[in-house]
Amino acid sequence: MKQFETVIGLEVHVELATKTKIFCSCSTEFGGEPNAHTCPVCTGMPGSLPVLNKQVVEYAAAVGLATNCTITQNCKFDRKNYFYPDNPQNYQISQLYLPICRDGSIEIETEDGQKKTIGIHEIHMEEDAGKLVHDEWGENSLVDYNRSGVPLIEIVSEPDMRSADEVIAYLEKLRMIVQYLGASDCKLQEGSMRADVNLSVREVGAKEFGTRTEMKNLNSFKAIRRAIEAERERQIDLIEAGKEVIQETRRWDDTKEYSYAMRSKEDAQDYRYFPDPDLVPVIISDEWLADLKARQPELQTEKMERYKTEFKLPEYDAKIITGNKKMADVFEAATAICSNPKKVSNWLMVETMRLLKENDLDADQIPFSPENLAKLIKLTDDRTINSTVAKEVFEQVFANDVDPEVYVEEHGLKTVADDGALRSTIEEIVANNPQSVEDYKSGKKKAIGFLVGQTMKATQGKADPATINQILVELLK
Amino acid sequence: MANIISDETIEYVGILAKLELSEEEKENAKKDMGEMLDYIDKLNELDTTGIEPMSHVFPVHNVFREDVVKNGDGREETLANAPERKDDCFVVPKTI
Repeated sequence: MKQFETVIGLEVHVELATKTKIFCSCSTEFGGEPNAHTCPVCTGMPGSLPVLNKQVVEYAAAVGLATNCTITQNCKFDRKNYFYPDNPQNYQISQLYLPICRDGSIEIETEDGQKKTIGIHEIHMEEDAGKLVHDEWGENSLVDYNRSGVPLIEIVSEPDMRSADEVIAYLEKLRMIVQYLGASDCKLQEGSMRADVNLSVREVGAKEFGTRTEMKNLNSFKAIRRAIEAERERQIDLIEAGKEVIQETRRWDDTKEYSYAMRSKEDAQDYRYFPDPDLVPVIISDEWLADLKARQPELQTEKMERYKTEFKLPEYDAKIITGNKKMADVFEAATAICSNPKKVSNWLMVETMRLLKENDLDADQIPFSPENLAKLIKLTDDRTINSTVAKEVFEQVFANDVDPEVYVEEHGLKTVADDGALRSTIEEIVANNPQSVEDYKSGKKKAIGFLVGQTMKATQGKADPATINQILVELLK
Repeated sequence: MANIISDETIEYVGILAKLELSEEEKENAKKDMGEMLDYIDKLNELDTTGIEPMSHVFPVHNVFREDVVKNGDGREETLANAPERKDDCFVVPKTI
């Protein structure tokens, strides 16, 4: 049996979080009426003049700096020519000759805890195309140019990945960096982060790369994993059957778990790139570059160190919490309110993670407000509710972002705080369970657990176990 | 004319530009393109060693816009010349 190695490189498109398009003052907001966010520039009308959005350059350079790239201080835009109805100019403005960032790298951690460096070939700025809506049965397609001209960066990796796990680790790291920079929300499902997978296989030990294919239409980490595994198998089957892998672009259908060829190298397009005469060069002076570096926000490693010193979080907690920008934001906001970092961290790491997993959600999608988590922690800190009730209330906070104070009040979940009433309940339980009392007195200290349990039952879980324990110890002296 | 454009080249350029040319138009285009290339070849007579390639004729750089929304609903203007319009979209032949 021959052993094969998979070689993977990625082209990742990230939609930048600017308010306006890359070359005009149209809004980039999602969900507008079709063609509402359009103007002569982003619909390629003759005579219109594109003017570059400065924020696009700043976001692109920030991502480049955070991924150890060299910034091209004299860069420019080129036209990529092709005809397609989603592209009204008949060319896309992109960067071929002098991309803004080059020769970077990021470090990933593989499944077995090993560190690996993945090279970044380049990052360039370009514009998105419009959206085509295909009528399944009709004769026509409909075009909406709201996305036309939305700024993108394309991050091109070196062919340094060898497995689906490494690809996912790379994408997660990249997403985290971009989210920390605030350069994009990087939602795969909504298309603000899109990955094309270039994959080839070769016999282990071979020096040359095999023929690669490019896979498109991958909308989730799960789809990426399945597509990589299927494409690896497909190529190995071809090679073992003595056939050739054809260099082509393939489209992944995740419901069918199958990919089909879109276009092969034979009809590869001739894009006839040339410098865009409408756009002047971008010169990033040393001062501007220094200013960009100075303005880089706190990234994960720095944040993690700060959490360890400022909030006294253990390394493990700090790493998990800072592993996702949204989670770190929730942590900081909730801690600012309730001043109990370790408890906030526990709620995020245990119950939040559990419910995210159960609901098949990402940490990006944490559905509750930090205020409500902080309120819940305050209710447990001042013993208004006990830990069992707190978990129940948290499920409601997670599901519906309820205000815990209101919820506890409305559902009568407050701990029975009236010591007199609690004491008489306990006295009754002690009287009704002579055997347990006997056991306890004869040295079986564990027997008290049964009595605590009975009391919790009698108070419908609303008493504080520590208080019950304290009263019981007193009564049984 | 030093540059001779072949039939294959004019055919290929026609495909790229999505132009259907008659035989007469092809012959004229071949002649025009050959002459243009001859003219450009004149530049090769100059010694350009050590000169940076130029992408723009004006000594202007860093022309930027601030990231502020200024355009409102552009639907009517954008769709004004649409040959066919449906649901505020352009209607085009079915494209996959």
